[in-house]
Amino acid sequence: MLGHFKRKKKAMPAISTASLPDIVFILLFFFMVATRMRETEIKVKSNLPKATEMEKLEKKDLLSYIYIGAPADGYQKEFGSAPRLQLNDRLATPEDVIDFVATEKAKMRPELQNAIIIAIKCDKEADLGILSDVKIELRKANALKVTYITLKENKKNR
Amino acid sequence: MADIAFLLLVFFLVTTEIDIDEGINVALPPWSDVPPPPVELNDKNTLTVLINSRNQLLVEEELDDVDNLRKRTIEFLSNNGQNPELSNSPQEAVVSFKGDVGTSYDTYIQVYNELRGAYNDLRNDLTRKKTNGRVARFSDLDRATRDSILIEEIKFALPIRLSEAEPTKLGK
Repeated sequence: MLGHFKRKKKAMPAISTASLPDIVFILLFFFMVATRMRETEIKVKSNLPKATEMEKLEKKDLLSYIYIGAPADGYQKEFGSAPRLQLNDRLATPEDVIDFVATEKAKMRPELQNAIIIAIKCDKEADLGILSDVKIELRKANALKVTYITLKENKKNR
Repeated sequence: MADIAFLLLVFFLVTTEIDIDEGINVALPPWSDVPPPPVELNDKNTLTVLINSRNQLLVEEELDDVDNLRKRTIEFLSNNGQNPELSNSPQEAVVSFKGDVGTSYDTYIQVYNELRGAYNDLRNDLTRKKTNGRVARFSDLDRATRDSILIEEIKFALPIRLSEAEPTKLGK
């Protein structure tokens, strides 16, 4: 009697994959739009600190990046573990900053050269010593607009 | 089809990076070979913030915590002569800030963030008051239109006088 009401086990229908290319293409387009090409390999650690008082950087063409931090794991044998700075694709010393600023300015349109903004991506663990050396060189190079790139922190309730 | 798209997707994932396009702006003072003359500042108009190489914070010669810093700075700036130990007016008040070569960048940014945050909070308050709540944040004021006068007014009323000295060299 009970047997009559037992249902036949049905196989699950396969999920249609016809729309898979569409989904992947959407993802692809998202990444194409939202990212930019890696221009340089970053050889120093750059674990950015968190902050709340950042402003949006509107003019991307004015930005030049300086990376500061201890050399990444693969490079520690060669360069030691003290914090270093990276300009373009090589590790440098603070003395090289003046030349770096000059070449970055030369790449820009003449009317924009004085508006150059140096974006500093500095590792959390780096110390103030190297940052201060870099800032002195930037002042000598007359690149006075600086921005510390930081990640967004959710506002604490104070 | 999906395979090709996946291949392209992986290619883009590997070769690109997402831009972080937010940062804390600072204006550095111009370089001069002669050291700047020591500025005579009325002591009560200066808030001294020091960080040592062990990332400890000293505010007005007392050990303090980063979490209190914003509140203290706001109190100091918006005092307007009420408390005789704090600043006379925001125009005269200076926040003087100094680290050490051994201070970690993380601490430095946190402290700098709080000091800037104090100024920003005050500017936001004033913005709300002046616009009767129409605009909530100073940075939301529209530079191009009628707000431009208001921006100058607020900048004049609450100038950011945040001075940063060369770090001390005790940490190394």
